Amino acid sequence: MTRKKIKSSSDLDKLRQKILAKRDPKIPCITVCAGTGCQAYGSENVVVALQEEVENQELGKVYIRVTGCHGFCERGPLVVIYPQGICYTEVKTEDVPDIVSQTVREGQIIDRLLYTEPNTGEKIVHESGIPFYKYQTRLLLENNLKIDPKNIEDYIALGGYSALAKALFEMTPEQVLEEVKKANLRGRGGGGFPAGRKWETTRNALGNPKYVIVNCDEGDPGAYMNRSLMEGNPHSVIEGLIIGAYAIGSPEGFIYVREEYPLAVENTSIALAQAREYGLLGKNIMGSGFDFAAKIHRSAGAFVSGESSALMTALEGKVGEPKPKYVHTAVEGLWGKPSNLNNVETWANVPLIITRGADWFTSIGTEGSKGTKIFSLVGKVKNTGLVEVPMGITLREIIYNIGGGILGNKKFKAVQTGGPSGGGIPESLIDTAIDFDELTKLGSMMGSGGMIVMDEATCMVDVAKYFVNFLVEESCGKCVPCREGLERMSEILTAICEGRGEEGDIKLLEELAEVMKDASLCGLGTTAPNPVLTTLRYFPDEYEAHIQEKRCPVHVCRALIGYYIDAGKCTGCLACLKACPEGAITGEKEEVHIINQEKCNKCGICYDSCKFDAVIIK
Amino acid sequence: MDRTKIDRIIEHYGADKSELVPILYDIQAEYRWLPEDVLKYVAKSLDLSLVDVYGVASFYEAFSLEPRGKHLIRVCLGTACHVRGGPRILETAERLLGIRSSETTADLKFTLERVNCLGCCALGPVMVVDNEYYGKLPSKRVERILHNYGFSSSTEQKHD
Repeated sequence: MTRKKIKSSSDLDKLRQKILAKRDPKIPCITVCAGTGCQAYGSENVVVALQEEVENQELGKVYIRVTGCHGFCERGPLVVIYPQGICYTEVKTEDVPDIVSQTVREGQIIDRLLYTEPNTGEKIVHESGIPFYKYQTRLLLENNLKIDPKNIEDYIALGGYSALAKALFEMTPEQVLEEVKKANLRGRGGGGFPAGRKWETTRNALGNPKYVIVNCDEGDPGAYMNRSLMEGNPHSVIEGLIIGAYAIGSPEGFIYVREEYPLAVENTSIALAQAREYGLLGKNIMGSGFDFAAKIHRSAGAFVSGESSALMTALEGKVGEPKPKYVHTAVEGLWGKPSNLNNVETWANVPLIITRGADWFTSIGTEGSKGTKIFSLVGKVKNTGLVEVPMGITLREIIYNIGGGILGNKKFKAVQTGGPSGGGIPESLIDTAIDFDELTKLGSMMGSGGMIVMDEATCMVDVAKYFVNFLVEESCGKCVPCREGLERMSEILTAICEGRGEEGDIKLLEELAEVMKDASLCGLGTTAPNPVLTTLRYFPDEYEAHIQEKRCPVHVCRALIGYYIDAGKCTGCLACLKACPEGAITGEKEEVHIINQEKCNKCGICYDSCKFDAVIIK
Repeated sequence: MDRTKIDRIIEHYGADKSELVPILYDIQAEYRWLPEDVLKYVAKSLDLSLVDVYGVASFYEAFSLEPRGKHLIRVCLGTACHVRGGPRILETAERLLGIRSSETTADLKFTLERVNCLGCCALGPVMVVDNEYYGKLPSKRVERILHNYGFSSSTEQKHD
């Protein structure tokens, strides 16, 4: 074990050379994405099949590398074969024998497994040519494709931990801090507060020890970029954390991971153990004299616990509720000590800044927001996945160039950024160049990077209700404005969606929003009204239709619609009649069916089951 | 209650109060839920008051203070799944099992839960039974899937 310990900067270089020397780049390497999305598609079975097939076909030395998320979740499981870099999408176990015999053995490309560009029909061989990847700037996610997250040597081979070596041996803590400040790295967790300034506050605060913490309590519904970094490249986060600890003067750190992310928990635990084994964590790191210990803490799933003071209370083993922040956690946090909390993506940027310098980092992005941002592009978009783009890109570029446009070629309606704390941005603003400040101006926020695309069939009042109801459940209940404000908002929105909306409801919602913004204890409450306020601002017609005309324009709100049978189209096939759980449909074979409106609970199963589009919604 | 088992878990974390959450996790992994006598025992062992332990156990969604079924059905209602029809999946499962979300069938076969995002949005709407993912799921397939886990109409009774 001690044999592996890295005792100096040159030890690290030597180890890297040794790892690279062991690896012949000509030997085929099959990488399989095993991020959570691809695993759900069955990529683990593909891995097993590949291992068996390589052995059966007696191919000799072939590397099979199981990696974290590649990002193109829409087309998983993803398999990339090196040295040629051939990318296969939607790979099934049945495809494995061909992949091994034709591509790995003969170097032939299997056309049917290539990505086909839907508009042109063109087959694309390399990942870099696929539009989904082509328009991205993948600084953080790039290595997810090249690394087995359970093997520290993969990370070291790509230059991993050299930023740490540079910081420890060539820079003083002050210089590291200055570099991060100069890079203007803003917190990727939501607020966008400059990380360097936060570090400095903790560094200068009285009280010891000081703590550094990674926030991987990603609770935004529809956002999974932190998970994918933590699962796919945990060492990049750990390296950033150690560098931060060095700059701040912290001997101890924590990685706070949601238990609902079992793979992230597993890979982080393995990565921490390996880093210790290699002398990159613990006493006298790389022989520099700097000591730093880090451990993982599994969180138990509470959205509010992602807030800094709540997270630190949870780390202490108590109920993860926020505290009033008369004094910031950077000064008085975990166990009352100065504690610096940054999110996964923020930490992962740190090694890049140290290696390539603040000048390089600030060359990417906009005036106020530097570097890249990872978004999880989801919802009614063709290419669901993780996208990393430079700050300042437009929403249109993300949704159409990378995302491939709207599912089913429907009309785009809005995109929600910032999750339950953010807002819906309408089509008229789709050409806005997005960064922290622009999104705030639009009434939304960057948040941690959820980007949910909505099409014309989405009811914006229903969406506002969805987020408010989510927050009703997640509000910890400690302060009145958030607890009661959300309950009342939920009541009003529910009434509107059920056709019980009244004149004055909108004004009441706005008043509630003001009070919640001003008086809530933590960020959950102060940002909670955003989904309501943005939909009110950009989609007032939809609220009006619900309230005044008792009509849901897109037929989503159940109380305001009815299911009917179009006599001209009904063939009397009995399919809907059999499917109806309420027994609300009557009719004989080959005769037009009728839906009894009294009995109908509007579940929509008849609509789904009709093959002739004879069930209509009015 | 198997004290040696619980003692072993507590010991594994050095009987450290700040490790209460992981301790409860490991205990729940054994029992599938957190019985009251176990919570009392944990409180005593960690020198905490019962209210501290109960507070944590009831605060986090991951912990259950009621017995849970043999199969855990989770329906994702994250935003991506919500706009892609997740609510209808949940409703179908609720109707078939005769329980609401967060409830367990009387025969302790199934527990139904709604979750706020499983992080595999490309598959939305998603339902997960134990650890098996069913993605891009039409609501009419729900019944067939439940049958694979031993669902029959006799299960349709509410746990009280």
